[in-house]
Amino acid sequence: MKLKASLALAFGLVTGMAHSATELVIATVNNPHMIEMHRQSKSFEAANPDIKLKWVTLEEGVLRQRVTNDIATKGGQFDIMTIGMYETPIWGKKGWLAEVKPTAEYDADDLLPAMRNGLSVDGKLYAVPFYGESSMLMYRKDLADKAGITVKERPTWTEVKDLAVKIHDPKNGVYGICLRGKPGWGDNMAFLSTLVNTFGGQWFDMNWKPQLDSKPWKDAITFYVDLLKNYGPPGSSANSFNEILALYNEGKCGMWIDATIAASLITDPGQSKVADKVAFAQAPTMVTPKGANWLWAWSLAIPAGSQKVEAAQKFILWATSKEYINQVGKDVGWGRVPTGTRKSTYANAEFLKAAKFATAEKLAIDTANPNDSTLPKSPYVGVQFAAIPEFQSIGIAVGQQMSAALAGKTSIDDALKAGQVAADREMKKAGYYK
Amino acid sequence: MTQLQINMAVQVLRTMLAWATALLLFFPLGWLVLTAFKTELQAISVPPLFFFKPTLENFSIVQERSDYMLYAQNSLITSVASTALGLALAFPAAYSMVFFSGKHTKDILMWMLSTKMMPAVGALVPIYVIAQVSGLLDSRTALIIIFTLSNLPIMVWMLYSHLKEIPGEILEASRMDGATLWQEFRLVLLPLTMGGLASTGLLCLVLSWNEAFWSLNLTAAKAGTLAALIAQYSSPEGLFWAKLSAASFMAIGPIVVFGWFSQKQLVQGLTFGAVK
Amino acid sequence: MKRLLPRILMAPSIITLFLWMIVPLVMSIYFSVIHYNLMQPERVGFVGLANFEYFITDPSFITATVNTLLLLGTVIVITVVFGTMIALLTDSPFPGRNIVRVLLISPFFVMPTVNALLWKNMMMHPIYGILAQVWMFFGATPVDWLTDWPLWSVIVIVSWQWLPFATLIFVTSLQSMDREQLEASRMDGANYLQQLRYLYLPHMARSVAVVVMIEMIFLLSIFAEIYTTTGGGPGDASTNMAFMIFKQALLNFDAGVASAGALFAVVLANIAAVFLIRMVGKNLDK
Repeated sequence: MKLKASLALAFGLVTGMAHSATELVIATVNNPHMIEMHRQSKSFEAANPDIKLKWVTLEEGVLRQRVTNDIATKGGQFDIMTIGMYETPIWGKKGWLAEVKPTAEYDADDLLPAMRNGLSVDGKLYAVPFYGESSMLMYRKDLADKAGITVKERPTWTEVKDLAVKIHDPKNGVYGICLRGKPGWGDNMAFLSTLVNTFGGQWFDMNWKPQLDSKPWKDAITFYVDLLKNYGPPGSSANSFNEILALYNEGKCGMWIDATIAASLITDPGQSKVADKVAFAQAPTMVTPKGANWLWAWSLAIPAGSQKVEAAQKFILWATSKEYINQVGKDVGWGRVPTGTRKSTYANAEFLKAAKFATAEKLAIDTANPNDSTLPKSPYVGVQFAAIPEFQSIGIAVGQQMSAALAGKTSIDDALKAGQVAADREMKKAGYYK
Repeated sequence: MTQLQINMAVQVLRTMLAWATALLLFFPLGWLVLTAFKTELQAISVPPLFFFKPTLENFSIVQERSDYMLYAQNSLITSVASTALGLALAFPAAYSMVFFSGKHTKDILMWMLSTKMMPAVGALVPIYVIAQVSGLLDSRTALIIIFTLSNLPIMVWMLYSHLKEIPGEILEASRMDGATLWQEFRLVLLPLTMGGLASTGLLCLVLSWNEAFWSLNLTAAKAGTLAALIAQYSSPEGLFWAKLSAASFMAIGPIVVFGWFSQKQLVQGLTFGAVK
Repeated sequence: MKRLLPRILMAPSIITLFLWMIVPLVMSIYFSVIHYNLMQPERVGFVGLANFEYFITDPSFITATVNTLLLLGTVIVITVVFGTMIALLTDSPFPGRNIVRVLLISPFFVMPTVNALLWKNMMMHPIYGILAQVWMFFGATPVDWLTDWPLWSVIVIVSWQWLPFATLIFVTSLQSMDREQLEASRMDGANYLQQLRYLYLPHMARSVAVVVMIEMIFLLSIFAEIYTTTGGGPGDASTNMAFMIFKQALLNFDAGVASAGALFAVVLANIAAVFLIRMVGKNLDK
């Protein structure tokens, strides 16, 4: 007995010494898919006892500030960062991210091309997509049927406006169309950028001069303000994704153009009163289909110079693998797997059965190309943003002006002029031109 | 109407007005507490629900998702330590400014306040760099230091104000009776300033507890406070209002309870009747 | 000995505060005259007053300054006036006074971000907010508070949070009032208004000064509430100086301009302080 005990003890000591756990600090957003990843990560820890995970979950704005501060000052506080398609090209080019070297079994070719390209610089992959999204039109089929209108797979804005007019019924609490209006480069400007794109405009011309004084911008914003003011809900200038989601789930919106991830939420009977009345179409176009629907991926990246690249890479490859998606599908249901990253997800029968929006979503992602999203050629990468560091503050300044125009606080011309001045100032200060 | 009846009427009116004001001002917070027990759908229903079947699901979600105990512990430690440290630094300073006041006293008070004139946002990069260089990023020590120094001017000001209320004669009298400085402090001064110390301490406890800017920007996985807990629920994709209410309830619960229990200390004032 | 003791007592506070103030200040001054953008670490060098010029020539600069002072002044007035009224109201005992006191103090315990979200979503939202419900109950169209009255909405939110602070200080101050004197004055036939004017208010003068000075310091750097509710808009209607600095520091990651802005904020704060001291400062020494 005693011998066995001491042998066991000795064995325990030896193995204990051999396994000194690597601790990984992961910074992530508080979106439902990430929260699920946190839950599922216990299985990763069980399979990899030499890796311990620590989580820092924050809301998007705070997270972005925190990780940017950290990576720019080489603080080393985080071993894995959740970043978007905005940061990846910028940081990748600056050499702040460690290149991701996928294993063969990871099957990087299975990643949707749009996602892989959006997260690579010069062919090198700098982050792996955890979930991806585009934007699309989500409309109330019952209201469209009542108005006698069939919505095409890729409608035009004129048709959309027409439908909005017909189904707008505020007395009965239904508003024709709900769109974002809250100021923010990722809020109202995400949508407005795609609107400007499809009206034939761009953020900056090839000399990096802001284009807010161009005709497409004027046309797009005039159209937007007119549409939302007359056929949208009150308080639109403060509405972003969450606010409209709440309205939609209460049955107050006839149409909504926003992130494809909304689809899983508005078709969930647990939270939506109109879960079975929703249908999907591609984001509307005007002059060109280019850039009409945006592209975004929340992805996992490793700071360059990290001492824990091997362990970190193990985790990020696990979290974005086919196995992970299968695991989530079996555990919580195929309607709640992270989507928008792999071709194999969209070939999975169970997923297609659980997610009625799958085809529309995949089509939207496939047709979004950050390298070619404007009619005139652009010097920047990105569909609903320009992947330059100055864009955040330009975006919020312009966003504030657009929100004011929508609220009627300023004329559209004044708003565009103020936006142009703000953008011009920033670009000049950053040295893009004198 | 007799004078007695008028007085009673006034008293009743005052009571009603006081209650009405209190309930009105408390209403938003009360609504928050109610919402913590609703489902997400109930939370945003129109018209608002006052009567509903309560659920504890939000609390269990918050508990399951985040390490409440770690955050609460960090909040507790940083708030209490910074308040205690701050009182220890502020009290002697306030004491000497009141009872040994010189011509520079007011200037010093103003200068102390001026140390808070730079918005925290503006000082973020310098402080971040200092913290990084001294290896204090993501540590409770850094937070304690920052909270103490941020609140120190407030504490000095408030203690100064409280101590000013004490007539110097009381202390002189005790000194003439042969009391040492320590005895003077313990037997005479301390009982008189209990209310002041308590209210100053409580306010600074609350300020540290609710401090979010430094707590979020200087911490990562180890030293996050309840402010970090709130930041997890404040604006994700999807409905969050009920969960945020529950998280807020869990975040402010301890301090409200503490505030309730320290009621007596807060309103225990200077009893000049007895002194005279 | 008499001179030494006070110095020893004050020394720890003063020394630590001095370090706390001087180090960031010096660093800010240094950063404000160089090019220091976290996203462009290659670009360094002395730029003289360019950062300051950039900050001042922002089209929103004047509006932001005015908004900062407006926010400051209005919240101070609201909290002091209502705080005094509430403190006086709850001064004499009545049934349930303790509970009332706790209810009155509670808003101060709420975190500023939660406070802002609470008002934005629960109270002020034009469709499902409580205020909208009340408006509709009386047959009126709900007001879109955050869009039509952005600065005032922010003022309401901030006042709600700071009113308990003022109330608490005034309540504690009233506790130290000389009850005998009050009694004596009543015997002499003074009515409530006279008592107010000659006894209550002068006694509270110092605590009013303290509340004003402390609130000034905090209110000048408010930006979390603005960020969460209006994002500084519409346009720049609710932008204040702290928000402008925030944009530079945490959206642009330009520590140079942010530091320049911070120094401006210090200048503005000093101006406000001088003004306020002139109004209430004499009450400090009474």
